[in-house]
Amino acid sequence: MSTEKKEVQVQGSDIQAERTRPRRVYTPTVDIVEAKDVIEVHADMPGVDESCVELKLEKNVLTIYGKVEAEIPENHRLAAAEYGVGDYQRVFTLSDEVDREKIEATVKNGVLRIVLPKAAAVKTRKIAVRAEA
Amino acid sequence: MLLSELERIGRFLDPWREFERINRVRSGMAPLSGCEFPPINLWVSAENTVVTIEIPGMEPDSIDIQVVGSTLTIKGARKAFDLKAGEAYHRRERWAGQFTRAVELPYEVDPGKVDARVSKGVLTVMLPRAAADMPKKITVKTV
Repeated sequence: MSTEKKEVQVQGSDIQAERTRPRRVYTPTVDIVEAKDVIEVHADMPGVDESCVELKLEKNVLTIYGKVEAEIPENHRLAAAEYGVGDYQRVFTLSDEVDREKIEATVKNGVLRIVLPKAAAVKTRKIAVRAEA
Repeated sequence: MLLSELERIGRFLDPWREFERINRVRSGMAPLSGCEFPPINLWVSAENTVVTIEIPGMEPDSIDIQVVGSTLTIKGARKAFDLKAGEAYHRRERWAGQFTRAVELPYEVDPGKVDARVSKGVLTVMLPRAAADMPKKITVKTV
């Protein structure tokens, strides 16, 4: 990806362990936006709320996992399907510039929003220049 | 029950859909981007149809649902980010824009009994069949 910058990389499936639940796992679509002080990740995870989404940070690998319980209407049969219901998983590698202690995440209307604040050390600082006496 | 309409929508209309599905399963991607947005699942029984639609990130009051006769129309929009100065996209995969989707059901719907609710980014619309449209049982009399 040429548009991707060095700060946030999306990894494939390097650290996948075997799951115990036999179900489909989808990769949620994400938007990553970088502002001056934070990097925000928004992931579409319909069917997920705060009780069933899990964020795990291991060293510099951030894993999102969302469990979805399929709601099947009783006595109905599926006539047409454009989407499948399953869990969500995606793995990101964080660079050193993210402040790991201050990562925050919220879920609203099936969208997971992760705020990754940049560490103070890497924020751009302006250095005042004084005239020498 | 009469399913020809649904089957036309779901299975026979678009032979590419199957290729697309295989492709997505192989690459592990969610089965939507590139397809129509938002994706719809249709559940049917003899008296009822349940339509579920994935609309993550949309407010319930920004969705417009209309039922006319046997056609369900859903309109809505999802905004992209308002990027301020100094902000930039690293990755942009989520869909944004306006959409209109229409589904033709195999029977007339009772508009008064239509029920729609949103939970966790999934919209569920219950469409009961109109009583006037229900199949009538005919008793056979012996003469």
